[in-house]
This record gives sequence, structure tokens and C-alpha cells, in this order.
Amino acid sequence: MSHGPSIEWKKDNAAKIKSRLGIVLFIVYTLVYAGFILVNLVNPKLMAIDIGSQNLAIVYGFGLIILALVLAVIYNHICSRAEERLNNENETNNNTKKRGSE
Amino acid sequence: MNYQASPWAITIFLFFVASVLAISYYFARRTKSAEGYFAAGGSIHWSVNGVAFAGDYLSAASFLGICGMIATAGYDGFLYSIGYLAGWVVALFVVAEPMKRMGKYTFTDALDSKFNSKGIQLIAAISTLLVSMFYLIPQMVGAGTLVRPLFGLPHWAGVLMVGAIVIIIVATAGMASTTYVQFLKGALLIIFSLVIVFLVLFNGLSTKPDQGGDVPYHEFIRLEIASFEGENLSLEDTSYSVKNVWNTKKIGIAKLEREGEELFFSIDKKNNALQECLFVTHLQDGQILYNGAPKADERFFQVGSLSDINGDKNGETGTLNLFDFTGTIKNSNVTLWGKEKVMDGENTVEVYFPKQVSGKDVLRPGLKFKVEGTTKDKLDFASLMLALFCGTAALPHILIRYYTVPTPADARKSTIVAIASIGLFYVLTLYMGLGAMTNGVIDLTNDNMSAPLLAKSFGITIFAIISAIAFATVLGTVSGLIVASSGAVAHDLMDRFFNMKLSDKAKVRAGKISAVVVGCIAMVLGILFKDMNVSFLVGWAFAVAASANLPAILMILFWKKTTAKGVMASVAVGLVSSLTIILLSQNTFNDVYHLVNVKSPMPISNPAIISIPLSFITLVVVSLLTKKEQVVENG
Repeated sequence: MSHGPSIEWKKDNAAKIKSRLGIVLFIVYTLVYAGFILVNLVNPKLMAIDIGSQNLAIVYGFGLIILALVLAVIYNHICSRAEERLNNENETNNNTKKRGSE
Repeated sequence: MNYQASPWAITIFLFFVASVLAISYYFARRTKSAEGYFAAGGSIHWSVNGVAFAGDYLSAASFLGICGMIATAGYDGFLYSIGYLAGWVVALFVVAEPMKRMGKYTFTDALDSKFNSKGIQLIAAISTLLVSMFYLIPQMVGAGTLVRPLFGLPHWAGVLMVGAIVIIIVATAGMASTTYVQFLKGALLIIFSLVIVFLVLFNGLSTKPDQGGDVPYHEFIRLEIASFEGENLSLEDTSYSVKNVWNTKKIGIAKLEREGEELFFSIDKKNNALQECLFVTHLQDGQILYNGAPKADERFFQVGSLSDINGDKNGETGTLNLFDFTGTIKNSNVTLWGKEKVMDGENTVEVYFPKQVSGKDVLRPGLKFKVEGTTKDKLDFASLMLALFCGTAALPHILIRYYTVPTPADARKSTIVAIASIGLFYVLTLYMGLGAMTNGVIDLTNDNMSAPLLAKSFGITIFAIISAIAFATVLGTVSGLIVASSGAVAHDLMDRFFNMKLSDKAKVRAGKISAVVVGCIAMVLGILFKDMNVSFLVGWAFAVAASANLPAILMILFWKKTTAKGVMASVAVGLVSSLTIILLSQNTFNDVYHLVNVKSPMPISNPAIISIPLSFITLVVVSLLTKKEQVVENG
């Protein structure tokens, strides 16, 4: 049995854009998440202040969950478009080509 | 709280098991190749894989543990939800596509793809096995805990049952059957959590919850104090006689007697009154009494209610929406329960005493994790949040799911489906937990049962379904872990490290045998660690995975100078340092070794904040030191 990847993937021209975007969004989320921890460490009482009928802890907590999903959808949208644009120039079907199951 | 086996629960559970086994036999015919066995032929659709991720990830700890913790400690339980979900951001943005691109069947493949190093194959396989084992034990223990109330069976029977079913699932069709079992379980769990939350909101809040009329609300006895000094207590109501008084660090406790019946009360000095408590008595002969009677007498009632709603002591809200529900709790007061142990002659008594907590404090961190405490407390909190954030993308049973889809783009899309479904579920945990907290369904001796008991207050059918799903939760996660371990043994160790040059067929056979062996070991451990705290061990698995695996994964992707020796050293240092801190921590001393009054040498209990940076530094230093060597090796 060989080691390493099971198939040689076609060169992905969008790889650079995708990984750079991934890192940017990762940093954005990490900062927001770190902010949540920091507020709790530095000024935990701040978490109790009212925001509308809710408090900061609920809004920030739900916000982190929703933000993850929003960033994920944005990421996928941009990645898919980059793949279409860059990988279909030379060869169509490049990206959706499936490997054989046997 | 007494539990009786429900024929409904058994029927629904058996139906679920039958469908799971049918799925396995159906796929068994189609999985003859190694790729079919270890990676489901790489042919799973991304949307199915995404929900299967949820089925894989939402273990018993998520469903039972988090809901139970929110029910008893409020927002602090929800911190786990936030952290567990945040981990998926790391998985999506950084790990998903490269993982798929570099690997074949296992996480070791991906680590090793640039190096072909024996050392990496060995250490990564060891890491996979260790993390999987840590994760397996709490699942098996959870299975044992669940069967007792649901089917009236002993602990070991639950462990053996899960073990046997999972071995069949994995040994017949490997990743293919595992994927569809997880898909089914993930979908069912989310759908029925939605149903429970809908019912919680529909019923609204009440200061006297009676479980829809099924269980009358228990009116707690309150007694006025006539005089109280030191240990001399006298009461206005003279039909009670004072038998004993304890002044512990936390609270004053009094044992009273009335018409031959013993009762425990907490002393509320501020309001000059006694409050009725619940108590569990451990008699010297080993017998355990609940509120002074054997468990079967059902004297130990369920608790959990608001003491007022917006200031109204007899409040009722009617149907609420998502925001009004939390908004109302915030403006109300909640009765939570503390626990104190006292010695009553030769008997040990656990007294559960009521505490009035403002809704504002319930809905922010701090009841369990002392964010306002000492530096050490704060460090522990930060360390836990770090471990949850970094752990997900390093769990071997999650990482292998990237090899079941056809392309890297599919790996990405399935992660997004996972984030959506897991995120939705975690939002629901807050409502289920708070629902249990305020609806009089908590069994103080077993807060893990909060979510199923909440379901029970809505009727026996939904209880039966939720119980069967809770059990299935264990099946899904355990089968994922066993596939990961079997891949580590058959693919990483036998085929690659020992260079046994297995044929495709032999590899599948080796995988199946490993699955059976790992399954049997898991069963034995599940029985041995019977009394171990479940959420504790999951925390270990996350911390160990994050420390050992994540630095190596990230640096291979983003730092070109990473060398094979650097990766090996980093994984090894991560494993050893995180384990050392865990094994020497105060929590482990108290809860595992039962050394109650011994001070442990480690100041913190959550290792991540030390062991993750240590593992990163090791990788960088060793890589720089071995740079030239690497060139020669490769040349």
C-alpha cells in the first residue's frame, strides 16, 4: 500500500485565496471569542448589563454561535466562486470530479 | 426520584437498534475494500456527512451533561456549548480542506504526508488511541448510567449492550454504516430537542410548576426561628423538636423531628427562618435513604422552580417566545440547590439546601466557574475555554470524517452543515437546561438526567423517544471512536509503521479485528470506571487532543520549516505535559484518587493553557535544531 494522499488532486488554483481567507476569518472569530473570555476575566459584572430585554452574556453567547455560522457561509460562498472562476479556466469539471469508489 | 422501566422506551429503543443493524448489513455487502471500510469509499454526500458530524460530535456529554449543568448552574453550563461550537471554526477555516487534501484514511496520514517518517506514524497513532480511549470511557460509563433508569438494567448490562451493538455496526461495514447511524442520530436529536424547546416555551413559566398537572408542586416548609445562638436553636412552632445543629462553612443546618419523622432544614439567619431541605442518608450498613425512606418510596421529590416571576410570588406567564423566556428569567428569582455533607452520629448525610439566586446571576457566568475569584480560578476558566476552542479540530474521530466525502470542497461544505446543525442544537441546550431548572424536574442526585426528565414532564411517549435517542447518542459517538482507533491500529501501525504490506482485503480484516478488540477493551474500561464523573473525562480528551495534535496540524500547514522530528517532539510533549497536569491536579486528587484533604502539586486543573503553548514551542525549537538533518534524510 502506498502512503500519503489516496489520489493526486488536480492543482487547485483557488487554494491560495481560500487559505488566506480562512486565516483572516479565523483571526476575526478568535478575536471575538477571546473578547468574550477577556470580559469574563477582567470585568465579569459587565456580562450582567442589560441589552434590550436580554443581558450581555446571552447576546454575546448567542452572537458567537451565530457569527460562526455567518462567517462559515461567507467563507463557503467566496471559496466556491473562486474555485469556479480559477479552476474552470483550463478545464471544466475539474473541481467536481469524483474519485472512483473502488 | 425513582425510575421505572418504560415499555415504550424499550420498544422505541429496540426499533432504533433494529434499523441501525439493518443499515449495517445493507452496507456490509458494499464495503469490501480498505477505502470502503475506513472512509466509506469517499462517496458520502456532503450534506449527509455534515449531519453525521453532528451525530458524531454531540455525545452524551453534550446532551445530558450540558443540559444538566445549565439546569443546576445556569449560564456556566452554556459556556461549554459556546466553546464546543467555537472549535468548529478552527476546523472549518484552517483544517478542513488541507486535511482532506493531505490524508487518506487517518489523521496520521495527514501529519505524515510530507515526511514519511516512522516516528510520526507511531506517535500519532499512539495519540489517536489515547485520545479515543479517554473519549470512549465516559461514553461507555454514560451508557451504563442511562440503562439503569430507562430499562431497569444494571450498569454492566448497559455497557455490554452498547459495546456489542457498536462492534456489530463497525465490524460489518466500518465507516459507511457508522456514517448513516450518526446521520440518523444527529437528525433525531436535533428534531426532538426542537420539540422539547417548543413545549417549554408553549407552557411558559410558573412559580409552582406541576409538570402539566402530573406531579403536584411541593410546598416547602418554612419555620420561624424564635431564638438562635451558637448551637441553641428554638422555634416558634413547637410541634418540631430540634435534634441537632451544624454550623458548616457554607451554611447552618438543623435536624428536626416531628411525629417521629426526621427532617433537615437550612438556617436562613437573614430572614430568621428555617428552609426545608432534601437529604440523602448513607447508613453505616451501606443502605441509602432518600428523604428518610428507601428510593422506591419516592419521597425524594424533583425540584427546580422560580421563587418569583418579575417579583410576583404566584406568577404564571403563559406561552412565551424565545426572547421573553430568557428575559423573564432574568427579571425573576430562581431557587437553586447547594449541597453540604454532615456527619449525623455514624451516618453521613448529604443535605441539599435551597438558595435564592437572582435571574441576573443565573444568566451570566460565575455560579460554577469563579470568574470573580482568585487568579488561579480565572486561569482555570481561561484554560478550559482554550481547550474547548482548540480541541475539536484535533479529535481523531472528527478528523476521519473528512475522508468520507469525495473532494476538499465537499469537506468544506459538510463542515458548514455541521456548524449549522451543531450551533442550532447548542442554542437549544440553553432553553432545555433553563426549562429543566424552572419546571420542577431536576433530580438532585443525578443532574445528568435533567433533559430526559424534562421530556418526561411532557408525557411518557416523548420521554421514551428522548431516552432512546440519548442511548443512540452513545452508539453514534462510540462507533466513530472505534473506527478511528481501528484505523490507527490497522492502517497507521500495522500497515505503515510495521510495514506489514497488507493487501487491501487483509487490511479490512485487520481493521475489523482491531474494532472488535478496541470494543472489548472499551467495555472492560466502561465497567471498571463505573463511578467516574462523565464530563470530567471528556474534558481530559479535549485537552489532550488539543495539546498533542493541534500544534502539529497547524504548523505543518503554515510553517514551511517544520521537520519530522519537530512534529514527533511536539505530539509527545503535548501528550505527556497535558496528562501530567491532569493526573496531578486537585480535581483528580479529589474525584479520582479520593484524596480529599491532600493538596495536589499542580495549581490548575485544566492543562490547555500550559500544555498547548509548550507543544508549540517544542515544535519550533526542535524543528530549528533538526533543520539540516531533515534535508539529508529527505535527500
